[in-house]
Amino acid sequence: MDKPATPNSFRTGPDEQGMFGIFGGRFVAETLMPLILDLERHWNEVKNDPDFKAELQNLSTHYAGRPSKLYFAEGLTKHLGGARVYFKREDLNHTGSHKINNCLGQILLAKRMGKKRIIAETGAGQHGVASATVAARFGYPCVVYMGATDVARQSPNVFRMKLLGAEVRPVTAGHGTLKDAMNEALRDWVTNVEDTYYLIGTAAGPHPYPELVRDFQSVIGSEARAQILEQEGRLPDTIIACVGGGSNAIGMFHPFLDDRQVRIIGIEAGGRGLDGIEHCASMNAGAPGVLHGNRTYLLQNADGQIMDGHSISAGLDYPGVGPEHSWLRDSGRVEYVPILDDEALEAFQLTTRVEGIIPALESAHAIAHAVKIVPAMDKDQIVIVNLSGRGDKDVHTVASMLGMEI
Amino acid sequence: MTTRIDRRMAKLNAEGRPALVTYFMSGDPDYVTALSIMRALPKAGADIIEMGMPFSDPMADGPAIQAAGLRALKGGQTLVKTLQMAAEFRAGDNETPIVLMGYYNPIYIYGVDRFLKDAIASGIDGLIVVDLPPEMDEELCIPALKAGINFIRLATPTTDDKRLPKVLQNTSGFVYYVSMTGITGSALADTGKVAAAVRRIKGHTDLPVCVGFGVKTAEQARIIGANADGVVVGTAIVNAVASVLGPKGEKTADPAEAVATLVSGLSQGVRSARLAAAE
Repeated sequence: MDKPATPNSFRTGPDEQGMFGIFGGRFVAETLMPLILDLERHWNEVKNDPDFKAELQNLSTHYAGRPSKLYFAEGLTKHLGGARVYFKREDLNHTGSHKINNCLGQILLAKRMGKKRIIAETGAGQHGVASATVAARFGYPCVVYMGATDVARQSPNVFRMKLLGAEVRPVTAGHGTLKDAMNEALRDWVTNVEDTYYLIGTAAGPHPYPELVRDFQSVIGSEARAQILEQEGRLPDTIIACVGGGSNAIGMFHPFLDDRQVRIIGIEAGGRGLDGIEHCASMNAGAPGVLHGNRTYLLQNADGQIMDGHSISAGLDYPGVGPEHSWLRDSGRVEYVPILDDEALEAFQLTTRVEGIIPALESAHAIAHAVKIVPAMDKDQIVIVNLSGRGDKDVHTVASMLGMEI
Repeated sequence: MTTRIDRRMAKLNAEGRPALVTYFMSGDPDYVTALSIMRALPKAGADIIEMGMPFSDPMADGPAIQAAGLRALKGGQTLVKTLQMAAEFRAGDNETPIVLMGYYNPIYIYGVDRFLKDAIASGIDGLIVVDLPPEMDEELCIPALKAGINFIRLATPTTDDKRLPKVLQNTSGFVYYVSMTGITGSALADTGKVAAAVRRIKGHTDLPVCVGFGVKTAEQARIIGANADGVVVGTAIVNAVASVLGPKGEKTADPAEAVATLVSGLSQGVRSARLAAAE
């Protein structure tokens, strides 16, 4: 039997070792082990602490602007002529994406732990901006590691981070993308173990990060579930989110996992197609392996060397994925499908024109899949797409793809 | 069952001097050159050889070993070839212990059982796998011990007395004390602190304790060796290789000779370590 048996609930993981089935774990250097155990201890303390929850709730409401709206995308719905399409508007959050949810939670955790310095990695710069934002708000020095390629293609976000007082360190190793930034952040952490908090931006890395990032992001799905029940009186037929490391997706999916009638689809970056190596579809074209502290699906060669991958979207340009997604893939609860660069670019333009919303290129991947499946669905069916971020940061990339200069 | 590592450590202990443990990157800059470097190590005074297994994402390594790994991968090195290199070396030297050092993913992809079988056939004596802490012992450590291969664990300044027993539990061969937090190739740690740390670890185990991270010169090897059962040198050796490579990776001198010169000096350092301690 290839597939693991269907569990009674898909929401109970990880186990005490930080495993989701065979995925997850704590594959880190010994230097980091005591820190990770300390983080786990603090996390277990705060996750059921009413004071911690109240502080986070207060910041989420008054600082980040939650709850984010669940918006009926009437323009896109009419254009596609099928199911009713809703957007979960994470793009309307403070800093312009879902990343703030996780950063607020983790900065409060860092404060509890008495840490003095924040480090983070970033791909598209959305997590870097959110980290720099909470560091500014709570008075921490902040260093953000960012691949040199990404520094070039996401220059507006680099400037925002600098304005917020963060130091942006470009990483030239490898292709200069998220994977390399994460390596460098881990090297910083292993060097500055005493005072530094590593604010991981996605639901990956060693346990307990995948769990705690998921829990901080699950506000997305919890709100969306309550909002659709309020607005439509029933659960959606399908929910869709893009998956790089997969934090917006796991946050959207997790509260729906045990609603078996809801079809759940995660969208990977198909780049220039899955037949070559220019994509980041680790769950469609990779194999399980160990990187960045966890076992998960990875793009790698036959010798276990990690490949660099490619995506038009910096936030999806990562050769791995959070371990819980790998488990959800193998258990069959969530489908993961690729969307090509060109399809995402088309969805980006379409959404801008028919909705007056400029989506992040990452989120445009999720919309692109809705564009594919919605026309064939019934008009009384409901699809929710997680609009994880706004696309202002991407205008330079899109302009150059369209052959324009700004 | 004793291994080559146990026997070598016992012999050096009887001689009253610490071991010189030398790390080189297998396949850097190419297979043939790396094999010649490996063969030069014992002749120059190395007591134990650590063979670096190159990995694309060496998260605990500094710039020098990162670059060496990338040169090796670019030169076509794979885990298959690393094992083959060990076997070729072993054909001419059945005494010097060989420890493979690197990251887990290439081993995981190779397949743990197949890897252990092939490693034994290639004359491998021990493993250091940076990203497998005791919490993940079921992955490779336990199977390796069952197969008769030493699993050498890293202890660090963050490994406190409460955690040490867990770290030492399934460790064999020797304990590798990483003398500072940080990546490989960083500055040398305070020698007084190192001596205290070695004493602390020895309070928990009878295994030999080798110290690494930051040792670059014969003098440093002598000082560290005065208080440890072994001195590990890695980055300095990798740098010796890099120093005779041109901008395009072409050899400007013989890398094996450059490494041998360095290691001979380090070897003098460890051989005078206990004399220094007795002074």
